[in-house]
Amino acid sequence: MGTFAFFYFAGIIVATAGMVVAFKNPIYSALALLVMFFHVAGLFVTLHAEFLAIIQILVYAGAILVLYLFVVMLLNLKREEHFHRQLLVGVFLGCVLFAEAVLLVLKGETTLGNSLPAADTSVELTRGNTESIGELLFSTYLFPFELASLILLVAMVGAVILTKKGILEVKN
Amino acid sequence: MDTGIRLALTLGQIGAVMVAVLLTVALLTLLERKVLGWMQDRMGPMEVGPYGILQPVADGLKLFFKEDIIPAGANKFMFSLAPVLSLVPALIGFAVIPFGPDWTVDVGGVNFKPFVITDINIGILYILAFASIGAYGIILGGWSSNSKYSLLGGLRSAAQLISYELNVGLSIVGVLLLSSSLSLVTITNAQGGGFWNWYFFAWGSFPQAIAFVVFIISSVAETNRTPFDLPEAESELVAGFFTEYSGMRFAFFFLAEYGNMILVSCVATVLFFGGWHAPFEFLQGPESLHWLTGMFWFTFKVYGFLFLFFWLRATLPRLRYDQLMRFGWKVLLPIALGNIVVTAIVEYIFP
Repeated sequence: MGTFAFFYFAGIIVATAGMVVAFKNPIYSALALLVMFFHVAGLFVTLHAEFLAIIQILVYAGAILVLYLFVVMLLNLKREEHFHRQLLVGVFLGCVLFAEAVLLVLKGETTLGNSLPAADTSVELTRGNTESIGELLFSTYLFPFELASLILLVAMVGAVILTKKGILEVKN
Repeated sequence: MDTGIRLALTLGQIGAVMVAVLLTVALLTLLERKVLGWMQDRMGPMEVGPYGILQPVADGLKLFFKEDIIPAGANKFMFSLAPVLSLVPALIGFAVIPFGPDWTVDVGGVNFKPFVITDINIGILYILAFASIGAYGIILGGWSSNSKYSLLGGLRSAAQLISYELNVGLSIVGVLLLSSSLSLVTITNAQGGGFWNWYFFAWGSFPQAIAFVVFIISSVAETNRTPFDLPEAESELVAGFFTEYSGMRFAFFFLAEYGNMILVSCVATVLFFGGWHAPFEFLQGPESLHWLTGMFWFTFKVYGFLFLFFWLRATLPRLRYDQLMRFGWKVLLPIALGNIVVTAIVEYIFP
């Protein structure tokens, strides 16, 4: 059952991710991305990470993609005309990346795979994973967490300064 | 065998909840017109049946038999998909709402909770996530109609939903701090024993009354109701994103709006007004009757909030677009953030 679910979600993720770049209509691309977000969330659910699954939908599908659609609709891009310009370069880069991935997977079976610790299944269901994530974020990973929020704050301030022209100029 | 029983029970439960919700929607269409009529010193619909009580049936039949028009130049696939994308998120949220006491019944070796479809430990986040998905139906419906009114309605809706969904999320954080749980069942159970334990009053801790006001205002905005109904704005946008819709597709948008209203009322009841708990212990009746009194109080509170929605519609004029944005970001957001800080401090000092 678990394996079946994984291959279902993984298959749809790969297929829709391909559709995101293959569609010529940006609205269809956005919808394919929406389906992909839902299947990534499904993958999280099979790992008993319900909190991450819902956050995935709430943040990516509920906020970021809506903003993206908003922009696409405002610009009224019906078709991306310059679609096939980089086709050759794209195919070449794709082949290189795919070869790297295959090599890594083949190699991973012998070295990387063994070095990973086996998943500890005894702790996962004793308490909700929201509490576990919260505790980890505010103890072990406190510094990266605060750093990430600082970067987000800088981005926010940057956006305000870029859009509000004249906010830094001294008034004469 | 166990799986079969569980499946049958769950499907039966989903069916029962869906029927209850859709019946409430049918009732609401009549109630809204009646309440608006009374507030404006009119009778409301009176023609179909005694006192117009068969009006929802007539409306339903009319919508069902109306010609389904797809405008020329519309994107047919998106045009058909949008109403579904709007209705499903509105109905799916009811899966985590506890309608009655937190009982567990043993049916043929299967533990079964009769009054909540599923008690997942992230219930409230689940509702928020799917409420935000509802925006897609409106945006895509507006875009695919190939009409400038619809497009404007869809754009307004996108901006409005993103702005106010944030306030909904932040206003409930206070409740989550007090209950230290995201499960709606646990949150309801923590509010038993009398109305002073409801998180609106929160005796012995910081009352969430301010958060409740922010929540209700933001919810009205998220459900596109007056005074925040800019996406439809019949006097300026000719019904906005569903200008071009007719027949059953229009009915889907309509059902979604009313379904969202009921869902928001249920969430407000559960988070701030104790869910199925009676205001006084003696009104709850004996333990064996809790299911009846619980359902009664839950329904009573939900209809109270639904009445509030109608009341707001009858009394308040529509906001202008810039007023809407300023109000959401510069008034509600700071209040919601302040509420989180104060609640956290109070909860830390007096745990």
